[in-house]
Amino acid sequence: MSSVSFKKILVGFAFSPNLKANVYEALRMADYFEGELVFVHVGRKTVEKESLFKEIVASSPAQSKKISIYWKEGNPVTTLLQTSEELHVDLILLGALKRENVVKFYLGSIARKITRKAKCSVLLLINPSVERSPCQHIVVNGFDSPQTEITIGTAFMVAKALGSKKISLVEEISRSKVAVAVDDDRSLRQATLRKEELRKQEQTRVKDVVQKLAVGLTKDVNWTTQSIFGRRGYSIGHYAKVVRADLLIMNARENLSFIDRLITRDIEHILAELPTDVLIVNSKGYE
Amino acid sequence: MNKTKPLLQFIGDLPKNLFSGFVVSLIALPLGLGLAIASEAPPMAGIIAAVAGGMVVSILGGSHLTITGPGNGLVIVILSAIVGMGEGDLYQGYLHTLGAIMISGLLLFIFGVFRLGALSEFFPSTALQGMLAAIGVGILAKQFHVMLGFTTVKGNTIDQLILIPSSLKNLLANPSTEMILASGIGVISLIFLFLYARIRNSVFQLIPAPMWVVIVSIGVMYYYDIVMKNPEVLGANLMITLPENLLASLPSPNFSKLLSSDFIGYTLSITLVAGIESLLSIKAVDKLDPLKRRSNINKDLRALGIATGISGFFGGLNVVTVIARSSVNVNNGGKNRSANFFHAAFLVLFILLFAKQIQKIPLPALAAILVYTGYKLSAPNNLIRIYKIGKEQALIFVTTLVATLLTSLTTGILLGILSTLLMHIILNKSVVLFSRNWLKPNVLMYLEEEAGNYYVSVKNFCSFLNFFKLKSKLDEIPPSEHAIIDFSLCEFVDHTVMEGLNDYSRSFSRQGGFFEIIGLDIHEAKTEHPFAIRKSLPESSLFNFQVSLTKRQKLLQKLSSILNWNYLPDPVSNYVDLERFLYFKTRLINYRYNSLESQNKEFLLFDLSYSEGAFIAKEDLRSTFLQIKTSKNMPIFVLDKENFMTALFQLSGLKDINFKQHRNFSRRFYLSGENEKSIRSFFTEDLIVFFESHPAFYLESKGDSILIRGKERLASIQEVKQILSFAEELLKILENK
Repeated sequence: MSSVSFKKILVGFAFSPNLKANVYEALRMADYFEGELVFVHVGRKTVEKESLFKEIVASSPAQSKKISIYWKEGNPVTTLLQTSEELHVDLILLGALKRENVVKFYLGSIARKITRKAKCSVLLLINPSVERSPCQHIVVNGFDSPQTEITIGTAFMVAKALGSKKISLVEEISRSKVAVAVDDDRSLRQATLRKEELRKQEQTRVKDVVQKLAVGLTKDVNWTTQSIFGRRGYSIGHYAKVVRADLLIMNARENLSFIDRLITRDIEHILAELPTDVLIVNSKGYE
Repeated sequence: MNKTKPLLQFIGDLPKNLFSGFVVSLIALPLGLGLAIASEAPPMAGIIAAVAGGMVVSILGGSHLTITGPGNGLVIVILSAIVGMGEGDLYQGYLHTLGAIMISGLLLFIFGVFRLGALSEFFPSTALQGMLAAIGVGILAKQFHVMLGFTTVKGNTIDQLILIPSSLKNLLANPSTEMILASGIGVISLIFLFLYARIRNSVFQLIPAPMWVVIVSIGVMYYYDIVMKNPEVLGANLMITLPENLLASLPSPNFSKLLSSDFIGYTLSITLVAGIESLLSIKAVDKLDPLKRRSNINKDLRALGIATGISGFFGGLNVVTVIARSSVNVNNGGKNRSANFFHAAFLVLFILLFAKQIQKIPLPALAAILVYTGYKLSAPNNLIRIYKIGKEQALIFVTTLVATLLTSLTTGILLGILSTLLMHIILNKSVVLFSRNWLKPNVLMYLEEEAGNYYVSVKNFCSFLNFFKLKSKLDEIPPSEHAIIDFSLCEFVDHTVMEGLNDYSRSFSRQGGFFEIIGLDIHEAKTEHPFAIRKSLPESSLFNFQVSLTKRQKLLQKLSSILNWNYLPDPVSNYVDLERFLYFKTRLINYRYNSLESQNKEFLLFDLSYSEGAFIAKEDLRSTFLQIKTSKNMPIFVLDKENFMTALFQLSGLKDINFKQHRNFSRRFYLSGENEKSIRSFFTEDLIVFFESHPAFYLESKGDSILIRGKERLASIQEVKQILSFAEELLKILENK
């Protein structure tokens, strides 16, 4: 299995101004992935809310065959996480909240907490829209990790499903790997040579991963690689913003030891300032 | 690579370094003595620092052309340390200060070991300027009295400034012969120092101005001694006294106050100023290096630390990298670190051979040199320059200056930093922008895999608070490559960053790379200055500089309309390929203005503001140049009038290409270049005859274009016409080849 499949998608929803956009996006996603949708609202169920919600679902141009709606009460984070585990969903879809008076989109702390704890993949939409905005360029991480192979496979699967034409595989290489501090001309030359060497190594590794994928997945997509020397987890987010990517696909955090947890903040930088829509692929159970 | 080649190169360069080391020692001697006296330390303390610096840093340091010795910036801190810790006894204070100096050496060494050289980036450049100006005012205020012959004026900087008129009044009220002589020497020396840069005579300029002052004033003293038979015309308090036996009288540093708050405070101030002055100077000297080497600042800091420790142990002042002396070194053909060593060696020689003559130097002469130094540090046009960058910069500058004068140096710079930050917050109307993003990474740099150039993107804000992050990325780009810096995701860029980026742009263009800044078009700046603060929020500008054209500019405009050329009076800082001419290898280009360009872009005539040397050895120049692009491929050569300096250069190794059959041409012109064979074949009969029969211009070819300069000043309209017709005829001859 070279990729994760998204057959069962959980969508947490709230009655915010973004509700319509979120629902439309969810239905579109389910359509692309041919999956079943589970809508979950944490809060009191009322007649008005229910009819409003059903109205919105019915008005969407994209429809899904299997839709179920759950109304639950309790702590939003734990409830959503519990439900996702009980129902064995593959993907949790969360829309960003648009903060009033602030032009920037930011993701509520709820979504951030769920992302950290979820046992399945998570898709964060920073700018859900009623109209379909095509996903043209996907940026995916390619750093050296056992999960990366499946993440890259998933990226190609998603690209095929969404009709994306371009994938950039980004290898973030920690600056410390270069092991040469630039002080003067000589050390600069050494560091440049060492970087070139590392870059080639990383590229070969990533290209090998892509070449192992099924031809059907890769043949229609224009894929490139890009090595970046910089802080892991930060650079790729900045890169996605610079190249105006429509979707950023990342590994879920690995099960790290206590110390690692303190130091590495792989996806935290991205969660702090979402550069674009982010898909966090959790490949546990697929290895 | 062939390992013996650098060694051969080193040995081959020794004569040049010996020569420039000698010239540097001529300026280092008066400065060393003067700076020590100004700090209330024995005169030898300055010489010891220069010798320790020259010997140690030249061997252990990481820079190439820097000269090390006692620094201007430290005068005020060391003075207050000596006075403060002496509690009335200056000599005791000096011994305590030696302890502080040794500890500061240790601290500098530790900074170097932990690679903390980058810490200097945390100081906003305007605040640093303000601090340096305050130091300048401090030196000026104290030494002005000494220059007039009054050595007893006490008090802090403000008091001394206020007392200047009363000193003048005292002098004019009841002048004695002694006072007239002392103040005469001082004032004439000062006037001479101001005029020195105007005298463009290569023989005269060979000896640095401070040395002229010293030599002539020693001459005056000998005149009174021998001719007038009046050896004690000036009192002992106005003369230098050196110890009889140099080795026996070594002081021993006193560490008894080691843990007192005074001692710690002074040590920290000394370390701060020594570090800042050194790092600024190293950076500035790198910009002047004709071989475009990059200094290893941390290695240099370690060496400076060790040198300071040694200097302090033997009774010397702090060793710092000094810009004026370094620039003299560059201008006199210094090629590597041995020049620093030679400068120290010559100083030892001077002290051993001329101790008697040195004691004939009157203090007012040295004070004049220091007043000039202080003036250069605090120069009022600095403030005007900064005001042009932005009103907020002027405010920061004045705040730091006043705060430093009223309190202490460390408090002053701290307030400078705070006021800069406050100003940024006010300008952006946001604290959040800074508080939320300060510690976050904000720079992305990668080598674009398809295009092969380096792309750097900066997010959020970029100011002195986080410039080090951007710098560390930029430092990893080889300057011969193409770098693109994108600020479109960045909301605010401050002056420190803009200035720093300009340095990068310069070093890239010097080494054949490209350094492009994009994404700043959406940012608004309040002034037209290229280094002005830029932020993405639009705001109406209050000031519009509109300057009417001068008479010469109107004439240039007229000339351009006759020729049907384009005329642009405004200053332009885009001069990329100019820096590839040899002429600008050791000269810094500021901007070009009054540009006249022909329709086909082959001819470009312009006035250029550029400078030679730095700080007190700095000479700002403006000359008119003509650059011609040719389709012909020419060898790279320099053709200049033969004069004393070129003859000297030949002695130190540069070759003049002479033609046996054209003795007249060879006598008049100095022709040099790497590829002698192709130059010889390029200079055909008709070309040589052409040069012989025309006025001599400075002419240089860099292969695809020619640079012509008339005199080392702006050309009059007549001269401009001469240059143009000369160039046209020259082109005709080249076309026919």
